[in-house]
Formats: sequence, C-alpha cells, structure tokens
Amino acid sequence: MGFIDVEGIQIKGVSTVVPKQIVHNKNYELLSLAEREMLIKTTGIKQRRVAKKNTTTSDLAIEAANHLFDKIDWKRSEIDLLVFVTQSRDYYLPSTAIISQHKLGLSTNCIAFDIGLGCSGYVYGLSIIASMLKSGNLKKAILLAGDVSTISCNYYDKSAYPLFGDAGSATFIEKTNKKNKWSFDLNSDGSGEDAIKISDGGTRNLPNENSFILKQFEGGIQRNGFNLALNGIDIFNFSVTTVPQSIKNFLTIKEIDFNAIDYFIMHQANLIMNETIRKKLKIEPEKVPYSLVDYGNTSSASIPLTMALIENLKEKTTKLLLSGFGVGLSWGNALLENDAIPHLLINNYSHD
Amino acid sequence: MNIQELIEKLEEEIEEVEKGTLTPSTNIRNIDWWSSMHALVIIALVDIEYNVQVSGKDLKEIQTIQDLYDLIVKKVDLDGIY
Repeated sequence: MGFIDVEGIQIKGVSTVVPKQIVHNKNYELLSLAEREMLIKTTGIKQRRVAKKNTTTSDLAIEAANHLFDKIDWKRSEIDLLVFVTQSRDYYLPSTAIISQHKLGLSTNCIAFDIGLGCSGYVYGLSIIASMLKSGNLKKAILLAGDVSTISCNYYDKSAYPLFGDAGSATFIEKTNKKNKWSFDLNSDGSGEDAIKISDGGTRNLPNENSFILKQFEGGIQRNGFNLALNGIDIFNFSVTTVPQSIKNFLTIKEIDFNAIDYFIMHQANLIMNETIRKKLKIEPEKVPYSLVDYGNTSSASIPLTMALIENLKEKTTKLLLSGFGVGLSWGNALLENDAIPHLLINNYSHD
Repeated sequence: MNIQELIEKLEEEIEEVEKGTLTPSTNIRNIDWWSSMHALVIIALVDIEYNVQVSGKDLKEIQTIQDLYDLIVKKVDLDGIY
C-alpha cells in the first residue's frame, strides 16, 4: 500500500451540481413491479439525476466551481492548480482540465491536468493536490470531480442502468500554517480490469461498426461496445472484502481508533454493498451517511456529494475517513482532519 | 453453525419467504421470486455472518440451500476461521 502524509492542507468549500432531470427507478419498465421494489430495497437507489444530451461533466463541475467563487473570497487569478478527475471527458484530447482553466477564467500560470479515475478518483485527486501544495510553491487549488455516466449505460442492461446518476463537483483546497494532518492510502489491481469496463472507443478497440451492434447477455441484458459493462458479483466481492480490510489496516498503521472518526464517507456504490462494508467494520449507522438514495452512484462525485449533505461539517472541526473504490480496480482511503467547512453546496444545473 | 441456523437467517433476510418454508433441499433458483438481487443478498449475508466469500463461479454451482451450506462449511474449513 502507498501512503502519503501531509500537514496544514484544508478544504474550504465543497460544491456539487446535478442535472435537473430526475429518473425514478420505480418506473424502470424492464423489471416487474416486484423486481423494481427489490432493486430499490437492495441498492437503496430510489432516483437518479440524468444529464441532457450534450451536457458534459465539465459543464456541471465548472458551474459547481462558479458557485463556490460566489461564496468564498478567492480571486480566480490566485488559483495555482486545477485537477479534473473524470472518465467522461469532453474530448479525446485536449485534457478537460485545461479547457476548464480557460472557462473558469483562471491564470495561464495555473497547473491543469486530468486524472482518469472513477469511483476511487476523489481520494486520488485530493492526495495529488495535497502533495503538490505541500511540496511546491503553491497555495490554492481546485479539484473538479465527476462523471456523466448515464450516457454509457444501456437502458436494456438492468445490471448497470438503474445504478448510475450524473454529477459534477468542485472542492476548494488551500495550504495553511495549521497543524492538521491528512493521510492517504492508495491501491490498484489491474487484474480486475474487466469488472467494470467500456471496451470500445479507446486505442485497444478503436471505434468500429461492430461497436454499435447490440449484443445479448445472460438474463436478457443487451448492450453495445460503447456501453458500460459491470460484473456485479465480482465488484461486490472485491468491495466487501478488500475495502474493509484496507480501512482496518490503514487505521491500525496510523494508530487511529475507529471511535475517533466522526464520519466514514464511502463512495456511493449501492446500499447492500456499503452496508456490508459498514457491518464488517462494526461502524454505527449514524457515522455512515448516504447520498445514493436520491442521486445513485455518481462516480468520483459521490464522496463530495455525500459530504455536502452532512450539516455537522459546517459547524465544527471533524476527523473524516473517505473511502473510494471501484473501476480499475482502484481503491483509496483518506484520513482528513479539517476545520469547519462553511460552504457545502448542492445545486441543480442552471442550463437544464 | 448448522444448516437450520442458515435457513433461519435466510428466512429473516429475504422478505418474500414465509418463515418455516425453506428446507435444505429447497432449490433457490427455481423459486419464483429469485433474482440476481437475491444473489447479492445471500452473498452479503454469508459474508457478514460466516466471513465466507461466495464468488460468481461458486454461485453458479449452487442449486439448493444444502449446496450453499456445504460450500460455507468447505470454505470455513479451508480458511480455518472457526
């Protein structure tokens, strides 16, 4: 496991923007009424936000950042670093972070680059920003994270379609003279590359005529080469085995008692998976907040979206354990001591 | 651990099942309420209660509750947890 430790880095604000359109899983006609009920009970996902065609992750995340600029006394010219975590970028090239630097009106002295990660991406993004702020002559940074995943999910794939929602997030991060500690534990296992995959459209399988052909799979599932394929049982077993073990090891090595953590903010995969992790770690339900009920699995935006729902974070200094896990396979934990975060925002996308 | 205990836990966890209706020879796949979601419910239950991981491949070979019980016993023995 790769550990990173830094001091004096603080989150100043977290903002998420979601599309206005709500899709209810109770209306998913591919399943019988009883199956829909079972799906909602098991996954915990009642509804999701779905982006309109041509709305990109950067549209949502840039607007999220603009909401924070309205609230926080930061000048756009002061931003030294912009990192964009997404797997649904605007173009094959250039990087979405660089386009976003311009659209946000940031200085051309700003460092900007993308990170191609999904469910683990928010934790990775924070770790990279924290490390660069600490070692470089940099003070203020923005982490944009999210995905428009619904465009990749085929309506006729019941194993993926009802799970995902769209969201873009912005987190403002600053180097201070404080002594608060942040630690990260980051991991990867490419042997699980097929657990969640979009097989066509990259350079391994260039887009071709066959990419568009609907293929049949077990259980009446249909999808094409550009659709996201998810092996539910494999990803479930990985998550409920590897994730709790990694959190346990991380806290043991850092000599942090589970009781000292105010909130365990996990990637919002689905309820039964997250609850299995929670029960295995014997964490009280009050310490494990959820956003998936109303927003589904929002990829790398799921942790900031969940943070924005915790009123207590606005009031006092907290110790947080963030855990992101999924596509890759990739997983990471962050242990953050942070002052009160007065600006925690969730807004609807204004152009819907 | 015995098979009756496993049956009681399954009956408790799966809403569609009336108490006292499952037996070791019940074929879980032939029951009309069976879905892939129930597979996840069973995997989660077995993981939390017995600390045993049931893989997708394992699951394909399981037909009856006796099969599931035998698999748990075999994996517990292998891991030497109990």
